[in-house]
Amino acid sequence: MKNQTVILRTQSIGKYFYEPIRFKVLDDVSFEAYAGEFLTLVGKSGSGKSTLLYCLSTMDTAYEGELFIEGQKVTGKKTDELAAIRGKSIGFVFQFHYLLPEFSCLKNVMIPALKLGKYSHREVEERAYQKLDMLGLKEQALKPASKLSGGQQQRVSIARALINDPKIILCDEPTGNLDSKNAQNVFDIFKQLCAEMGQTIIAVTHDNDFAKNSDRTIELADGKIISQDKEFGSSDISS
Amino acid sequence: MRSNINVEIALTHIFTRKRQTLVAALGVTMGIAMYIFSNSLMKGFGRFSRTEIFKVTPHLRIYKDDEISKPLVQATSPRQVVIIHNPKITTLSRTIINPYALLAEVKKQDYISSAAPQVNVDVFYQNGKSQLKGVANGVNIAEADAMFNIQKTMVAGSLNPLSNSLSSVVVGSRIANKLNLGLNDNLTIVSSAGVVKIMKIVGIFSTKNKTTDESKVYLHIAAAQQLVKEGPTYITDIYANIKNPDEALAYSQQLQPITTYKVEDWKTSYADILAGDLIRQIMSTSVSMAILLVAAFGIYNILNMTITQKLDDIAILKATGFAGRDIIRIFVLEALIMGIIGTTLGLIIGAICIQVLSGVYVGGPADYFPIYFDPSVFITSTVFGLLITIGAGYLPAYRAARVDPVAIFRK
Ligand SMILES: Nc1ncnc2c1ncn2[C@@H]1O[C@H](COP(=O)(O)OP(=O)(O)OP(=O)(O)O)[C@@H](O)[C@H]1O
Ligand SMILES: [Mg+2]
Repeated sequence: MKNQTVILRTQSIGKYFYEPIRFKVLDDVSFEAYAGEFLTLVGKSGSGKSTLLYCLSTMDTAYEGELFIEGQKVTGKKTDELAAIRGKSIGFVFQFHYLLPEFSCLKNVMIPALKLGKYSHREVEERAYQKLDMLGLKEQALKPASKLSGGQQQRVSIARALINDPKIILCDEPTGNLDSKNAQNVFDIFKQLCAEMGQTIIAVTHDNDFAKNSDRTIELADGKIISQDKEFGSSDISS
Repeated sequence: MRSNINVEIALTHIFTRKRQTLVAALGVTMGIAMYIFSNSLMKGFGRFSRTEIFKVTPHLRIYKDDEISKPLVQATSPRQVVIIHNPKITTLSRTIINPYALLAEVKKQDYISSAAPQVNVDVFYQNGKSQLKGVANGVNIAEADAMFNIQKTMVAGSLNPLSNSLSSVVVGSRIANKLNLGLNDNLTIVSSAGVVKIMKIVGIFSTKNKTTDESKVYLHIAAAQQLVKEGPTYITDIYANIKNPDEALAYSQQLQPITTYKVEDWKTSYADILAGDLIRQIMSTSVSMAILLVAAFGIYNILNMTITQKLDDIAILKATGFAGRDIIRIFVLEALIMGIIGTTLGLIIGAICIQVLSGVYVGGPADYFPIYFDPSVFITSTVFGLLITIGAGYLPAYRAARVDPVAIFRK
């Protein structure tokens, strides 16, 4: 077993939707995610993957059970505290890029860091350039976000997710809108982040190759975990 | 440094929607300009009517009020039978008893800035067959001039002879016109006590107030006492001015216990005119408030539109660590910027309106359009403008702060 620091843990998370009728979307979901792990969430459409991801994101607080991030219980905290936790510890990548159209790519990447206020404006700018460079976007930095291709925009949104060096990066179908080349590119970046930066990635995906190549895959069906194969750090045993 | 990003986002939103910002701001501009204009006008009217009033009326007046006769036996309960009685005015003399002691006492009060005795006599003015009714004001001319600024209204002759001559008189311009009299002509004055005095006109004043100009003359206080066949202790009125005329009512109440005579403040005497002023003021304020409310609605609308279009942006900001209060700050700041632009333009336009109108000649007693530059109007309109825009911004901003990012990301 490798060094297994638990970075995120859920304790019997359950959630109901009441519209149009009451039904249980998530049922007794308990798992742990480790530092440096590349974790994928799969399952049929409607199985509750996105719903679970939003619970993990701290943006959805209407669930039962408990959520721990970096050893700290976040369930029950106030919304402003949760916003601060997100700013510091969680990065997001969605299927859509959600870049602010009036701002340059660079500014879009800088905004979460300026909000966090940990670094000076100049340092933030430097770091944003670094992240964009890492994603091969240095030349696009000063262009308005709306003037980029879909793949470039998605990479800018990844740079934005990385700017505060979050421990956790949550992704909902991050490659859903990308062609296979761009998808592979994003996958490689994620791989590298886990390996080199020790960041934990939890990604919802429909892409089988993407899931297969991740460290571990959790499969959901009707809101329940039905398999957590390829134990993280135990791949050498199973081979 | 930390919250600068909120400012930056707000400014970017404003800069990328210059046209809408300007439209919203112009609404505020109209409201503010209207508010400044109408309030300055009201203040101008108010000040004008005050100067008119204070040309002839002191802030406080002490005089002997009419007494009504009382029944010999007072009813102590409503059911008691009372001797039939017919109430009548029983005032025998208008004089204030021991007036100079009272005057000295009044002058001793520290809130009184000046006080003077006066003898007012109802008289007829005659020249040959023509006759006019009026009131002769027996005054100490130096004191009266200090109080009413008579000198400023003089159109011919001089006030000076009144200080020692008992046969000199200064008359209102319309009296002179109607009786066809000029400077140095003789005016016959007949008093209600039957005394006839022929006096020389040494000066003519014109207040441009018709009633005053055709009924009032000034003469020496002793001359007025002669008209009623009385001696030097006959004083009908004591006039007093205070520093701030708006406090007249309070000071009249303070002064009242000193004397048994009636102390009346100018606001009580002119309640009708002042009530009219107040109603006009309320009307114009409510009209400009209504315009400001419409302007606020404009801002509210534009922010609501912005927010509806920017739900995605708000969602990602909240996801990346912006708290509800950051979102509120961003949008309230946008409203505030619109408000500041609009208010500033409104102040400028309001000032220009005042500048232009105050130069318009209208004739009559006012001469120029009675509008003037009052800093307090500019201050209150700025405060109103900004408060209303902040209020108009807060509602949509609050809505934005409550946007559920999950609901947005799910779409
Ligand atoms: N706001 C909502 N109100 C009611 N039901 C909802 C709501 N959002 C999602 N659901 C339902 O909850 C279930 C799980 O939805 P969820 O989006 O988590 O599925 P998913 O696994 O992400 O699916 P997909 O792969 O298609 O994205 C679905 O049946 C969906 O219809
Ligand atoms: Mg989904």
